Amino acid sequence: MALLEIRNLHARVEEKEILKGVNLTVNAGEVHAIMGPNGSGKSTLASVLAGREDYEVTEGEVLYDGKNLLEMEPDERAREGVFLAFQYPVELPGVNMATFLREALKAIREHRGLPPLSPAEFMKLLKEKAALVGLDPSLKQRSVNEGFSGGEKKRSEIFQLAMLEPRLAILDETDSGLDIDALRAVADGVNKLRSPDRAFVIITHYQRLLNYIVPDYVHVMVDGRIVRSGDKSLALELEEKGYDWIKEEVGLVA
Amino acid sequence: MSDTAYLQQIAQSDYKYGFETDIEVEKAPPGLSEEVIHYISDRRGEPDWMREWRLRAFRYFMSLLERYEETYPRWAHLKYPDIDFQAISYYAAPQRKPRYKSLDEVDPKILETFRKLGIPLDEQMRLAGVAVDAVMDSVSVATTFKEELAKHGIIFCSMGEAIENYPELVKKYLGSVVPYTDNFFAALNSAVFSDGSFVYVPKGVRCPMELSTYFRINTAGTGQFERTLIIADEGSYVSYLEGCTAPMRDEHQLHAAVVELIALKDAEIKYSTVQNWYPGDAEGKGGVYNFVTKRGICLGENSKISWTQLETGSAITWKYPSVILKGDNSVGEFYSVAFTKGYQQADTGTKMIHLGRNTRSTIISKGIAAGYSNNSYRGLVKVARTADNARNFSQCDSMLLGDKCGAHTFPYLEIENPTAQVEHEATTSKIGEDQIFYCQQRGLSEETAIKLIVNGFCKEVLAQLPMEFAMEAQKLLAIELEGSVG
Repeated sequence: MALLEIRNLHARVEEKEILKGVNLTVNAGEVHAIMGPNGSGKSTLASVLAGREDYEVTEGEVLYDGKNLLEMEPDERAREGVFLAFQYPVELPGVNMATFLREALKAIREHRGLPPLSPAEFMKLLKEKAALVGLDPSLKQRSVNEGFSGGEKKRSEIFQLAMLEPRLAILDETDSGLDIDALRAVADGVNKLRSPDRAFVIITHYQRLLNYIVPDYVHVMVDGRIVRSGDKSLALELEEKGYDWIKEEVGLVA
Repeated sequence: MSDTAYLQQIAQSDYKYGFETDIEVEKAPPGLSEEVIHYISDRRGEPDWMREWRLRAFRYFMSLLERYEETYPRWAHLKYPDIDFQAISYYAAPQRKPRYKSLDEVDPKILETFRKLGIPLDEQMRLAGVAVDAVMDSVSVATTFKEELAKHGIIFCSMGEAIENYPELVKKYLGSVVPYTDNFFAALNSAVFSDGSFVYVPKGVRCPMELSTYFRINTAGTGQFERTLIIADEGSYVSYLEGCTAPMRDEHQLHAAVVELIALKDAEIKYSTVQNWYPGDAEGKGGVYNFVTKRGICLGENSKISWTQLETGSAITWKYPSVILKGDNSVGEFYSVAFTKGYQQADTGTKMIHLGRNTRSTIISKGIAAGYSNNSYRGLVKVARTADNARNFSQCDSMLLGDKCGAHTFPYLEIENPTAQVEHEATTSKIGEDQIFYCQQRGLSEETAIKLIVNGFCKEVLAQLPMEFAMEAQKLLAIELEGSVG
C-alpha cells in the first residue's frame, strides 16, 4: 500500500479553483520533488495536505496509509505522521522552542501509544537532533522563530522535522531565500533524515536544491495539475529550458 | 478568524471556586448610616481615634453620595447598572470569637473552605514557607507564621490587631497614600473597611518568606472592604501576595479595597495579586464588582515598588495600582495580565507619578479578551517639573480571542520636565489563525495551542511573580482557558 495516494484532487480558495485534478502516489522511502512555475498550485497542494482551513476540497480524495486524510483535523494529521516544513514559519512570541517541542512530541507519542519522554531523555534527544541538523544550540532556548533570520527559520523547521520523526515530510519551498551555505546545510539535514520508512515531498521552484537532495521522482505542476513526471534528469531539463516548453506541450500557451 | 468552537467554549468555562461555606455569620443590617459605622467599630472593639477616622470618611462619602450624579466615577470604559449602596451589608463576620488566638479555635468549616481553595493554613503552608493571613468576609481568620516573623521584628497581622497593638504606626501611615478624599470608593472603604493585612518590616530586614493574604467573600448580600497597609522601613525588603475568590451568586457583590504601600529609603516592596473573584456566569449574570484603589509611595531615595497582577476574575474590574516616585532614584514597576471572558469588563492599568530626580518606571501590560468581554488598559505617566531625568518605558499589548470581544488602550502622558525620556509601545493582535495552525501542524490540539500562545504572550509578566506562585498563575490561566465544562 502506498503511503500517500492523491486521486483527482480539486481544491479552491474562496471562488478560485487552484488544484484541478492532481494525481500522485508516494511510497515510503521515496523522495519526490514537485516543481513548477509560480502560481501553479504547488504550495496549495502542501496546504491542503496539511489541512489548512482556507482551502476547500471540491473533488477527489487523499489516502494516507490507507486512511482518508481529508477527514482528519490538522493536528490529527500531524500526530499520524504528516509534517509540513513551512515556507513562512510563523513566530510564537514567548513560547520557548524546547517547551513547544516537548508538548508536540508528547501529543505525537501519546497518539502512538507511547509514554512521554522523561525530561532527561527529552533534553538528550534535543541535543542529538540539533547536532544532526547543525542547529545553533542557542536557537532551542529561544522563542519559536521569534527574531530568527530567514535561514535560521528554515533550519529550525528541519530541526523540528528531526525531532518529531514524521512518516511523510512535505517541504514547502524550504530553499527559497536561502544563500548557498544555508541551502547546503538544510539539504544536508534532510539527507540525514532520509530513511526507508519516511517519504519526502519537496516543493521547489528551482532545481538548485535538487543538486543536494537527489530525488527519486520529479513532477512538474502546471495550472493545478501534474503534467509530467520523470526522474532527476527532468529537473535538469527544466533548469536548462525553463517551464514554457512544458506549458506549450500541454497546451497552455505562455 | 471566526469564533471556533473552542474559543466559544472559553467564554463559557466554569468557575471552580464557586462553592459556599455554611457557617453562622453575624451580619450588619443593610445600608449605610452613622449607626452602621458605630456598629462596625463596636464589633471590632476599636479605639476612639479609629472610630473618629471612620466617621470623618463616612461624612465625606455621604456628601459624595448626595451629589452622586457628579461624584460617581464614570470615566472608565465600563457599563453596569448603578450600585444601590443602601442595599449592601457592610459587615459580616463568621460567628464565634471576634479574633482567633490559634488555628484550633477556628471553625473547622472555615479551615475546610481554605483547604478546598488550595490554601491550607496549617502544616503544609509551613512546609511551603509562606506566611498566610486568611480573610473570610470581613474578618481575618488566621495568620500563620507570626512567631517566626516576630524573631526578625516583622509585624504581619490583621488590620484589626494592628489598630489595637501598633496604633502609632497605623495612625502615622493609614490614609497617607490614599486619603479618604481620594476617590468615591476610597471614601467608602475608609468609612467601612474591615480586615485586611498589616505589614511592617523594620530597618535593614529582608523578610525571609513570602507574605500572603487570601481573601474570600462568603456571605450573601455583603460587600468586602478590606484595607491593607504595608510599610517597609529603610533598607528592608518584602514580597507580598494576595489571592481572592468568592462563591457563585446571581447577584453582584461589591468589593472595594484600599491598599497602601510605603517604601522608605533603600527599601523594596514587591506586591503580587492573583485576582480570581467570581466573574459571573456565561450570560453575564452575577459576579463581583471590583473597585480597588492600590497605591504605593517610594518615599525615600533608592526605594522601589513593584506591582504584579494577574486579573482573571470579577464581572467588573476598576483598578490602577500606582506608584508615587517621590524619593530620588526610586523605581516603580507595574506588570499586569488581565484576562477577560464571558461578559467580563476590565478597565485596569496604573499611574506612575514621577516627582523625584532620576526616577524610573516600567509598565508592561498584557490584556487578553475572549467571549463578549471588554478589556481596557488605562495608564498615566506623569513627570513633574521637579523630576529631572525621569524615565519611563510602557508596553501595552492586547490579544483578542475571537471577534466579539474588545481591547482598548488609553495612555495618558503629562510631562512637565524637558529632561524626561518616555517611551510607549502598544500592539493589538488577534490570536493568529496562522499561529494556531502552525501549532496544530506539530500535533498540538487547538486548546493546547491557544494555551501555549497565550502563556507566551504573558510570559514577561508571569516571570515577575514569586516562584511559588508563578506555577499557580500559569495553572489558573490554563483553567481560565479550559474548553471543557465541569
